[in-house]
Amino acid sequence: MTTAPKTGLMAESVKDAAIAATLVAVLGFFFFALRTDIGTGGLDLTYRWGLWFIAIAIVFAGRLLLNLFVFKTSRPVTSHLNISVPAGLMGPIGKVLGPLLLVIALTLPFIVMVVYPDRDRQFIDLAILIMTYVMLGWGLNIVVGLAGLLDLGYVAFYAVGAYSFALLAQYFSIGFWTALPLAGLLAATWGIILGYPVLRLRGDYLAIVTLAFGEIIRVVLLNWYEFTGGPDGISGIPKPSFFGLDFSRTGGFAEFFNLDYDSIHRFIYLYYIILILALITNFVTLRLRKLPVGRAWEALREDEIACRSLGINTTNTKLTAFSIGAMFAGFAGSFFATRQGFISPESFTFLESAIILSIVVLGGLGSQVGVVIASVVMIGGIELLRNLGFLKDIFGPDFEPTQYRMLIFGLAMVLIMVWKPRGIISSRNPSAVYKERKKIGSDMVAQGEGH
Amino acid sequence: MEPAMKTTSTYNWDSNVVLSVEHLTMRFGGLVAIDDLSFNVGRGDITALIGPNGAGKTTVFNCVTGFYKPTEGRIVMRHGEGFQSEKIEALTRTGRQYNDDGDDRVFLLERMPDFEIAKRAKVARTFQNIRLFGGMTALENLLVAQHNPLMLASLMTVGGIFNLPGYRKARAEAIDFAAYWLEKTGLVERADDPAADLPYGDQRRLEIARAMCTRPHLLCLDEPAAGLNPRESTELNNLLQYIRREHDTSILLIEHDMGVVMEISDHVVVLDYGQKISDGSAENVRNDPRVISAYLGVDEDEVAAVEEEIDMPVRHASDKSEDDKGGQS
Amino acid sequence: MEYFLQQLINGLTLGSIYGLIAIGYTMVYGIIGMINFAHGDIFMVGSFIALATFLALVALGLSALPLILFITLVVSMLFTSAWGWTVERLAYRPLRGSFRLAPLITAIGMSIVLQNFVQITQGARVKPLPPQIQGGVTLIEGVTENGTIAVQLSYMQMIIIFTTLALMIGFSLLISKTSLGRSQRACEQDQKMAALLGVNVDRTISLTFVMGAALAAVAGFMFLLLYGVIDFYIGFLAGVKAFTAAVLGGIGSLPGAMLGGLLIGLIEVFWSGYFSVEYKDVAAFSILVIVLIFMPSGLLGKPEVEKV
Repeated sequence: MTTAPKTGLMAESVKDAAIAATLVAVLGFFFFALRTDIGTGGLDLTYRWGLWFIAIAIVFAGRLLLNLFVFKTSRPVTSHLNISVPAGLMGPIGKVLGPLLLVIALTLPFIVMVVYPDRDRQFIDLAILIMTYVMLGWGLNIVVGLAGLLDLGYVAFYAVGAYSFALLAQYFSIGFWTALPLAGLLAATWGIILGYPVLRLRGDYLAIVTLAFGEIIRVVLLNWYEFTGGPDGISGIPKPSFFGLDFSRTGGFAEFFNLDYDSIHRFIYLYYIILILALITNFVTLRLRKLPVGRAWEALREDEIACRSLGINTTNTKLTAFSIGAMFAGFAGSFFATRQGFISPESFTFLESAIILSIVVLGGLGSQVGVVIASVVMIGGIELLRNLGFLKDIFGPDFEPTQYRMLIFGLAMVLIMVWKPRGIISSRNPSAVYKERKKIGSDMVAQGEGH
Repeated sequence: MEPAMKTTSTYNWDSNVVLSVEHLTMRFGGLVAIDDLSFNVGRGDITALIGPNGAGKTTVFNCVTGFYKPTEGRIVMRHGEGFQSEKIEALTRTGRQYNDDGDDRVFLLERMPDFEIAKRAKVARTFQNIRLFGGMTALENLLVAQHNPLMLASLMTVGGIFNLPGYRKARAEAIDFAAYWLEKTGLVERADDPAADLPYGDQRRLEIARAMCTRPHLLCLDEPAAGLNPRESTELNNLLQYIRREHDTSILLIEHDMGVVMEISDHVVVLDYGQKISDGSAENVRNDPRVISAYLGVDEDEVAAVEEEIDMPVRHASDKSEDDKGGQS
Repeated sequence: MEYFLQQLINGLTLGSIYGLIAIGYTMVYGIIGMINFAHGDIFMVGSFIALATFLALVALGLSALPLILFITLVVSMLFTSAWGWTVERLAYRPLRGSFRLAPLITAIGMSIVLQNFVQITQGARVKPLPPQIQGGVTLIEGVTENGTIAVQLSYMQMIIIFTTLALMIGFSLLISKTSLGRSQRACEQDQKMAALLGVNVDRTISLTFVMGAALAAVAGFMFLLLYGVIDFYIGFLAGVKAFTAAVLGGIGSLPGAMLGGLLIGLIEVFWSGYFSVEYKDVAAFSILVIVLIFMPSGLLGKPEVEKV
């Protein structure tokens, strides 16, 4: 395996591992070795030298093993990791992947009911959650992936959609299906109102202003107690009906179709609603990409100045991207409200925006399939981490695995990005073809607004 | 290769003016980049704007195409024939940007935002450091240039989503028009390749093709021959001649390559330190001692003295055609 | 009037803390053009290190408060710097020269990691520390119909403002006079060229993160002393405010960051004092939006001429 002199490799690896261990000793000293807790009469300091040493030892051993067998071997690590797909296969896989995912998505509830009959509710609920993020990712993809506008406050429009429906239902008793288009429209309007003054800003300034708007909307929702219920949120949001049929025990959907009442019906129904909403988002996005407006978005991402020299009103073009993205977030928001039955500002924090953005970037900017993969991996991953109860058997009953969820989520974000900075699927499909369709490599494609 | 057919055109910069720059001044803070500059661009002419580095040529372009707002001065674009002085004066007084008189529209470019200048006044441009949409194919680049008509045809996107026949037809026409320019610039084979993948010379031509796809009345080229080899340079000359001849498009270009300038320009304007130092036909400008001194960085008197000393023959307009042939080696 | 003066003092104190964090943002943005989203969490890590050091020193039996404070300051600066260095090394350096959004995502990831790491190792509950430095000077005493009102400048506020001033002057000198500052400015202009001329770009960038983290640690310590309560989540809001301050002042400019920090502090305090506490963040963000719309490069930033 290794052609390098064994002793040199060993010495180098040990030295490197020692450096890493020292670093962990320094970094971890105040976090592993010391712990502050509220005790009687102030803060107590407890010492956990054992934990500190274990952490150092784990890093030393881990780093040493990695050095010996992965990093410093003569065979580069990439040759282990790269799952190389033969070039001839790549095309067919790309062609099949989309339809395959679609078929799975369409039949998912039934697959789940057959394969996991005892946990079907939980899995369909998870599928609903993932699908919501897919839809949000697709919506944000228009803004970030196509138009190249960095939006860190996307969750604001999600919140507008959710609160629109919740408030319409509360004050005017409007049902889900009537409120849905209104919520989308309101979110789009907010997109235009917020976007108009700030879309002339470049790159990171735009990012920080959208972040600020997201926070402003959240703070207003939190403090406008009389109207939004403040931190208590709004509860009792009505469930969607199926052509006027409720999913209730009597006189509803089950009775009408002569089925035995089962609460799973409502889950399946919700799943298909979000699936259809997401598919509409996907269809509209794919369609828009081939229309002049979508091409102008991508041109904007590539070079705004050139766009203006060609007579494109860049402000309006950005606004359309911003407001269409906002509209889809609004749809998703009102779906979220009806699914939860309860909303509060807590669901619309910056973390939410960050998760959606990372789905778009990890998936590969502008790639629709990439968003699906990233959503399944990231959201499905987080939720799976909730089910690590068995670890209690290993580490004892005090061990609380769920608290490691977000830590692992954050680490995964960093690792995936370092591994594939361009995202999982990074090539671009041209929007018009003269003779032969060729994929465009990611190194050609600009990311917009980064002058 | 056919020699340039300059003799067929008439020089229009004093009679039929498509663009006039009047008393243009541009200051950046304390720096005066352009100082009270006036010149005309004749309809159907190829006009060259030359001058040493830092003379303010690109700044003039940026003012004409609206990327900079001039500090002072007026820039008039005319779609109709003649000077139309009265109409322009009237328009200037109203404070409006342009009038809507059918085919004879006049535009006050200094009042218009950049994209409106390209869209309504029909002034297209290229950039010194090529600005293509690198991640989009050559064809897509040319389709983006036809954004405004396509947008109308797609009924502001609504018709496009439902793929109405009106839009389908417009789209097919747009692709045909793009294909026409791809062919004229010799890029048909590269139509489906990303623009960033093309060699430098192809990128320069693609940028010109893209500008032409906006169907401009005036095409502004910022150093189109920069970085081209002699063969590409010759092709470029032919392309520009073709555009001027066949497409009712006047050309204003910035160029350092004197071969290109002298060969194809009907009219040359020379800038130095933001001021016009010479203006006239290529021959007149070439022999203007002020121009020579600006380029060589010496006083005019010295140039005159040196010329006398070596007894440099004074060139006349009649020598022109021979010079042209000589330049096309 | 007295009330106004008191708010002014409070605002300047808070603003100093924001300013110290903002310098870290602005230096990093200036040199590698990225928003270091994890910087707010570095500030939080700094305040936790300061808390633990403080308690450890007390537990060791040290009783001279000034000495404890000084050692705590130095220790938290050193250890937080190590965190700053590590974050850059792990999450940003592998992406150097990669496309722009990648380091932004790793920064957000790092921010999530830091928050959850601290939450797991130190617990989610808030850590209260009773006020350590009490007393102050009464500047003005006035009489109103409600009784007497006094303008207080506490020793704590004095320490914060003076430390900030001293660090500001020290860092300005460091940037303008030393070779490190020169390398930094060279890397800001053109990393490739700087590298060709023998500047160790990686080292310079690392040092920038180290300096930013050290200043954030100072801010974290000040925050701990001033408010007496910290938790794993303080980094987010403080970070966003400080970034807002950096942008407001003109990103890339050190005096701008300080000025922006002071302004954000003042806006927040005055808004809370005269209007409503709940909407103080809205006020700060709204001012940011308004300033950016009318002055897109911030107050002291160099106006960006569009290169055509």
